[in-house]
Amino acid sequence: MPRFMMFVTLPGDTGEADWSPSAEDVAAMGAYNEELSKAGVLLALDGLHPPEKGARVRFSGGKTTVTDGPFTEAKEVVGGYWIIQARSKEEAVEWATRCPMSDGDVIEVRQVADLSDFPEDVQQAANAANVHPSAQSTER
Amino acid sequence: MTAAATHRAIDAVWRIESPRLIAGLARVVRDVGLAEDLAQDALVIALERWPQSGVPDNPGAWLMATAKHRAIDVLRRGRTLERKHEEIARGLETRSEPDLDAALDDAIGDDLLSLVFTTCHPVLSTPARIALTLRLLGGLTTAEIARAFLAPEPTVAQRIVRAKRTLAEAHVPFEVPSGDELAPRLSSVLEVVYLVFNEGYSATAGDDWMRPALCEDALRLGRILAGILPREPEVHGLVALMEIQASRMAARVGPAGEPVLLGDQDRARWDHLLVRRGLAALERAEQLDGALGPYALQAAIAACHARARAPEETDWIRIAALYDALAQLAPSPVVELNRAVALAMAFGPAAGLELADELTAEPSLAGYHLLPSVRGDLLAKLGRHDEARREFERAASLTRNARERALLLDRARATG
Repeated sequence: MPRFMMFVTLPGDTGEADWSPSAEDVAAMGAYNEELSKAGVLLALDGLHPPEKGARVRFSGGKTTVTDGPFTEAKEVVGGYWIIQARSKEEAVEWATRCPMSDGDVIEVRQVADLSDFPEDVQQAANAANVHPSAQSTER
Repeated sequence: MTAAATHRAIDAVWRIESPRLIAGLARVVRDVGLAEDLAQDALVIALERWPQSGVPDNPGAWLMATAKHRAIDVLRRGRTLERKHEEIARGLETRSEPDLDAALDDAIGDDLLSLVFTTCHPVLSTPARIALTLRLLGGLTTAEIARAFLAPEPTVAQRIVRAKRTLAEAHVPFEVPSGDELAPRLSSVLEVVYLVFNEGYSATAGDDWMRPALCEDALRLGRILAGILPREPEVHGLVALMEIQASRMAARVGPAGEPVLLGDQDRARWDHLLVRRGLAALERAEQLDGALGPYALQAAIAACHARARAPEETDWIRIAALYDALAQLAPSPVVELNRAVALAMAFGPAAGLELADELTAEPSLAGYHLLPSVRGDLLAKLGRHDEARREFERAASLTRNARERALLLDRARATG
């Protein structure tokens, strides 16, 4: 089942103001989410708190370094995401183009990876199902 | 954008826009066949123009306006001289664009509903209902439907043509049924959606990807219906059932393509996003109505499994009670067999075997390998090994799946 994540990425250096949207923006976004939902394609969505409330964990040389936000060096930061069901990338892109966004915002559309996308050895490593027909239930 | 990329973009627009486009047109021209022709005409014009001009900002409105112009042309050109058509054409012409858009926006839910009640109308055969629903509401092409149902394309094309003709000849009104008619007509709609889902759910490993994709189409249709009919508990019940069943998709087939029963599935491979959605939909169904319908009951059973992190945590007493309610509402031998399993799990193997034994007289289960498989398991648990072995052998001889047969024969050898 092809599934796509649409990330909203916002310019990283604009400060907190952008993270408190106006009532109109919220209403427009609500209408958009409603449209996705009524079309039966919306699976999940979330908006994120601003990066200054977050942290970054870096892995390097076997060590981890934790940096609290804001991330002044970041060119762009993730603001939220939707997960939608679509037959093709084009269909997901078509949904993304309908989103009411502000000037300079970017939506990145990425397909969610499925186990069947991976080579067989990887699939087998992930596949630990044992198979015994039994009367636990005739359901599958 | 290359021409091929534009064509793919147009396909995507079509899939998103075609149901409400066709539904909106059908309300105006009162004929789903003509409505689809007009929508197709608009699509053809888009395919000619958009590669040069680019996809317009509001492709849905563009297609609607284009289809509307086609409608005026076609109806005026006097393909038929019926007065009704004249009136429709005049109505289309005088209504201004924003009005039409507003009317469409307001009525989208009603139009889609009228469309689905028409494509699932009892005057049509079940295969015709399925094909027409997928084509007009699912945005699938005839070729895609044919691939998904392993049928020759001309057969499906014929089926759709005949279905449209039948609807026109029977003068099926384009409307949402009311009063006493609503309940049976709604159950016909839900049946079509669930048949589409099950066709996809029964797909096996080597199948074309179009087949499992039917589950998605059915889920999408179900969710659309739940959005338009939020007060109908069985719509939410069906959505819940499909979401929870679809959540097991990756876990229900083993590495060699063999079926894996619920109790043996690796629950980490369940799709927990769909489980959550299914449980939420079930909650909506339960909040609406005290007495659950057949879909909501099946969803409630599926939910008992979905909530258990391990098979041992399954609430079998509740499942047995739900199967009992389902058996009264929608009795069937398969429901009885599942009730037997639930009774055995809840109250011990003897309780289940008693019911399973009664089912051996049921002619429709005579060739069903899961009956002897279940009996074998229960007999083995009761220490009746000889009988158990014979049942496993019988089950092995009845299954069509080679891997499952081997496992049942292993089980027979290990017994007694």
